[in-house]
Amino acid sequence: MFLCLLIICLGGSAVMGSVYLITYEPIAAAQAAKVNQAIARVLPEFDNVPALEAYQVLVDGRQVTVYPAQKDGVFAGAAIEAVTTRGFGGPIKVMVGFRPDGTIHNTAVISHTETPGLGDKMDPRKSDFSLQFQGKNPGTFRLAVKKDGGQVDAITAATISSRAFCDVLDLAYRAFIQTDQKEGGKQ
Amino acid sequence: MSRLRIITKGIISGNPIFVLVLGMCPTLGTTTSAVNGLGMGLATTFVLMLSNLVISLIAGLIPSKVRIPSFIVVIAVFVTVVQLIMQAYVPALYETLGLFIPLIVVNCIVLGRAEAFASKNKPLDSFLDGLGSGIGFTLGLTLLGAVRELLGSGAFFGWKMLPGDGMLVFILAPGAFIALGYLMVLFNKFLKA
Amino acid sequence: MEYILIIISAVFVNNIVLNQFLGVCPFLGVSNRISTAVGMSAAVVFVMTLATLITYLIQTYILNPLQIGFMQTVTFILVIAALVQMVEIILKKISPALYQALGIFLPLITTNCAVLGVAIIVVTKEFTFGGTAAMLTLPQALVYAASMALGFGLALTIFAGLREHMDLVGVPKPFRGVPIALITAGILALAFMGFSGIV
Repeated sequence: MFLCLLIICLGGSAVMGSVYLITYEPIAAAQAAKVNQAIARVLPEFDNVPALEAYQVLVDGRQVTVYPAQKDGVFAGAAIEAVTTRGFGGPIKVMVGFRPDGTIHNTAVISHTETPGLGDKMDPRKSDFSLQFQGKNPGTFRLAVKKDGGQVDAITAATISSRAFCDVLDLAYRAFIQTDQKEGGKQ
Repeated sequence: MSRLRIITKGIISGNPIFVLVLGMCPTLGTTTSAVNGLGMGLATTFVLMLSNLVISLIAGLIPSKVRIPSFIVVIAVFVTVVQLIMQAYVPALYETLGLFIPLIVVNCIVLGRAEAFASKNKPLDSFLDGLGSGIGFTLGLTLLGAVRELLGSGAFFGWKMLPGDGMLVFILAPGAFIALGYLMVLFNKFLKA
Repeated sequence: MEYILIIISAVFVNNIVLNQFLGVCPFLGVSNRISTAVGMSAAVVFVMTLATLITYLIQTYILNPLQIGFMQTVTFILVIAALVQMVEIILKKISPALYQALGIFLPLITTNCAVLGVAIIVVTKEFTFGGTAAMLTLPQALVYAASMALGFGLALTIFAGLREHMDLVGVPKPFRGVPIALITAGILALAFMGFSGIV
């Protein structure tokens, strides 16, 4: 009786194992593609593979991933992946692309659980909220919503999500400054 | 029962969502858009067809005491296969459907059809029964998804059709319940009567 | 402190039935009378917490180290099925009355997507309770699972109360049964949306 169940389990495991081996590479490729696409969206031109040179930095105890980019052997900026826990519905993960001088080139939201129609407007496909950061340098552009004395136009009726977005951008910028010193030392 | 009848039974008179009221969790949870509903329905149909087929083939060999656990293992194997395939080839859909893909294994439709039909009928008939129920389920999911997407965001299969933001509540939890309730009323009134 | 956040979040803000759509089948099926609702909820609390304990340990000490994460679905569901069988046997011995009252619904806890759903969530999702996005520790996971089940019980009991009332009211014929239950559930879900943002 249990022999029967055992045979079924073994047979099932064989099937699952084979499919797992077959799909192992495509799955890894799909996951890598996701990161690479996000990086390509936020950075100006580069010719290396930033994902292969990624490393982690700690900014105020928060872990951030840095993807440095190069063009013709020269530092061409970095894509920074950071997480904020101050989202309305949960953590928000954003990829921010910085040009070598610290200006934000573009941003891409990797994951969020904000309210559809409100906080989810931080996605460029839903509204232009995230476009206002393009070309701004956080060294001079205050990354806070206007309500908090900053220069950012918040999403209407989604102040908390907007604040969280500013928070993660600020975190990414501080990580970039740390990196820049590192990269600057490298060149 | 003719082969064609087996299939159409799953779509109209035995529709899993509107008539049998099974598989409510994915019905409410994955229908934020027509595409999501369609994807979920297709994944479930895949599992339904194959698990019905295999269970029909081996049902006679299984002692009755371990029937349900055996069925569950077979279904779980196919669910895992679908998980891996989706993760590899349609990663965006895989991430949107998220938790509900492994939850196909506890979708009452799958175990229900296995228990009620596949364990007592021939392999080809069982395969077709799985196909029919799957199609019925997929149609229901896609319909609900389309309604919620149209009312909730003014779009249809991703194409924006109405201006403005739509009635947000339909993309959120309450809207799922309400939209399904009304769809069920329509279905009962016009198709079953 | 974060345990209070976990409880509030699981019971009210992210209510398992009204927000995450897990456990809807028994929610619609068992909620006719308050007494059965309470009994079912107690059984679910017990099964969910115990199941999460076992599946968490399996994920941490067997599936992850051996990198066979794809076996998750099969092992988890087998654990849950075995657990429910055990609960049935124990309940039959200890409280035959409750066993009779729950009837078919007890074995149906196996196919309750809530139990498998919560088991998968606690080993997959990153939570922000401690101020950083991280996976749950075992004690946190157990509190989360128990709270989710409590949320299920809360929704179930409220709903049973509503349905007992609805039996006394004239519902239009096409709406009777499941449709009006769904619409009512939707309004209840709307009410629970008021909790969002608390945590």
